[in-house]
Amino acid sequence: MSAQKEPSRPDESSLPRADSSVTTVLTIAGAVLLLSLAAPQWAKFLLTIALAKGLVVLGLLPQMRTGLVSFGQALYYCLGAYAAGLAAKWFAVSDLILMIFIGGSLAAVLALVVGVLLSRYRSIFYGLLSLALSMILYGLLVKTEALGSTDGFNVAPFTLFGYRPEQDSVRNVMLVVVTTIATVSALVIHRHLRTPLGRMTTAIRDNEIRLEYMGASARRVIYVNYVIGAVLAGIGGAIVAAAVGHIDPEMAYWTMSGEFVFMAILAGTASVLAPFLGAAIFSAIHSFAFDVSPNTWQMILGASLLLVIVFLPDGLWSLFRRAERS
Amino acid sequence: MDLIVSAEGLNKRFGAVTAAQDVTVGIERDSVVGLIGTNGAGKTTFINMVTGYLKPDTGRILFDGEDITQLSPREVTRRGISRSFQIAQLYNSLTVIENITVAISVVLDNADQSGFFSFTDPIVPGFEQRPHEVANMLLERFQLQAYRDRRAQILPGGVRKLLDIALTLVAKPKVLFLDEPTSGVSAQEKFGMMNMVMGNIRSQGGTVLFVEHDMEVINRFSDRVLAFYDGRIIADGPPQTTLSDPDVLKYVVGGHRAKG
Repeated sequence: MSAQKEPSRPDESSLPRADSSVTTVLTIAGAVLLLSLAAPQWAKFLLTIALAKGLVVLGLLPQMRTGLVSFGQALYYCLGAYAAGLAAKWFAVSDLILMIFIGGSLAAVLALVVGVLLSRYRSIFYGLLSLALSMILYGLLVKTEALGSTDGFNVAPFTLFGYRPEQDSVRNVMLVVVTTIATVSALVIHRHLRTPLGRMTTAIRDNEIRLEYMGASARRVIYVNYVIGAVLAGIGGAIVAAAVGHIDPEMAYWTMSGEFVFMAILAGTASVLAPFLGAAIFSAIHSFAFDVSPNTWQMILGASLLLVIVFLPDGLWSLFRRAERS
Repeated sequence: MDLIVSAEGLNKRFGAVTAAQDVTVGIERDSVVGLIGTNGAGKTTFINMVTGYLKPDTGRILFDGEDITQLSPREVTRRGISRSFQIAQLYNSLTVIENITVAISVVLDNADQSGFFSFTDPIVPGFEQRPHEVANMLLERFQLQAYRDRRAQILPGGVRKLLDIALTLVAKPKVLFLDEPTSGVSAQEKFGMMNMVMGNIRSQGGTVLFVEHDMEVINRFSDRVLAFYDGRIIADGPPQTTLSDPDVLKYVVGGHRAKG
């Protein structure tokens, strides 16, 4: 048995109340925002998309901590995007915040229903069933001429509280909004994992039967985590719809879900900041690989995932943990 | 007689194996009952039926007058029956303190004591203390302080058993089943461990039923002994009488193997 490396922490840290990492999250969010506002336009755009996808991955984090991987987050990502896009198209909604709200809400409504079914399943069945559901949406959208079929449709430029940003400040406004939402979401998930319900999350992965024998409902924990994941994916999708100005059924395709899982594995689930790191690094590798080798860029992505899995099984975030310990 | 648990005519078969055969027994409130019998005699099946893991083929189980025969382990636990396991069931990737925190979280969640927006420490129902105080108290009572930040996976066997029992006490059960609490613990340590465990259980009250193979431990810690053989209770009474019963001497203490 290995000797205890860490000195015993003081008593009050046993159930942390004032979360030290709240400050960390806020500091990093502020730094990212300041740096990115000074960055070139293309970088601002890439970062906006990365943060929006990071939100989807953040929604995967509690599920992955219960030992469940949803291969169908694209369902809610696409639903959020279409909800926001259709609100703009049919009801002339142009306010960015309202669009995001609609995207998240619709995802929540569907997840509240679907979650009842999905929370019964574990391991590969959970993953495949969630994947199947996202492919149903993909199939529906592809067949629906009114929604542009495989081409999708364009989303009109957004406004923010009645103000329509100028052409050159659109990306700044978007970046401020998405950074704020990402920060608040990270803090909410951080808090969620410290509530009694959230603390049962890892316990389910380790020993579900014991948890039930303690009088807890594992299904309820899984259900709540699933709905949270759907809302974040819906929000992420709505942001992407507004930022890109175009949506299509590819957003629900299984490779999209795979991308989110890829990002989650890349950075790990140790911190609520890890999903954003994963999304940022993924899009950096993606852009770089596409530049270097437009025909075989997937190989570079695959190779980098392999390297992470072999050398850092807990994801890139574990590098910070190692640094902390030494 | 004030019965907290009563089993009436429980039968359970697994194919050709009879795991319980007309088991009828009443357990008095706040008593300490020892369960003895060779492997396969039906002790664990009895525990599994009362705690909701197995449903008897026939018969019923009353807890405090309520029929709990068809309830799930979760519902049974919420009514006040807890159990520890022959092979300690822990959250292996979590540390000792985190394991206890999970147990406290379940109690808080069931009592709905701590909302999402509450940033003040809730009070753990039954203990009237804050979570970290309850956690530290349990660490101290079970002498687990030295292992506080170790992952459960790497704990020595005896410590795993202690943690497993400590986890069951968080819910302040009215009835506690201990399935071989001293298995895997050396003969010299058995009495010390049982002293600690029983002392801690008594300090918060409740009925205890424990499975044990060491007759000295049974003699010392139980006020009543149930001897199982072939799915039946073949003797029931105070330790002195039960342990000298000819059938018990022949089938249990003598180490006679049960069928199947």
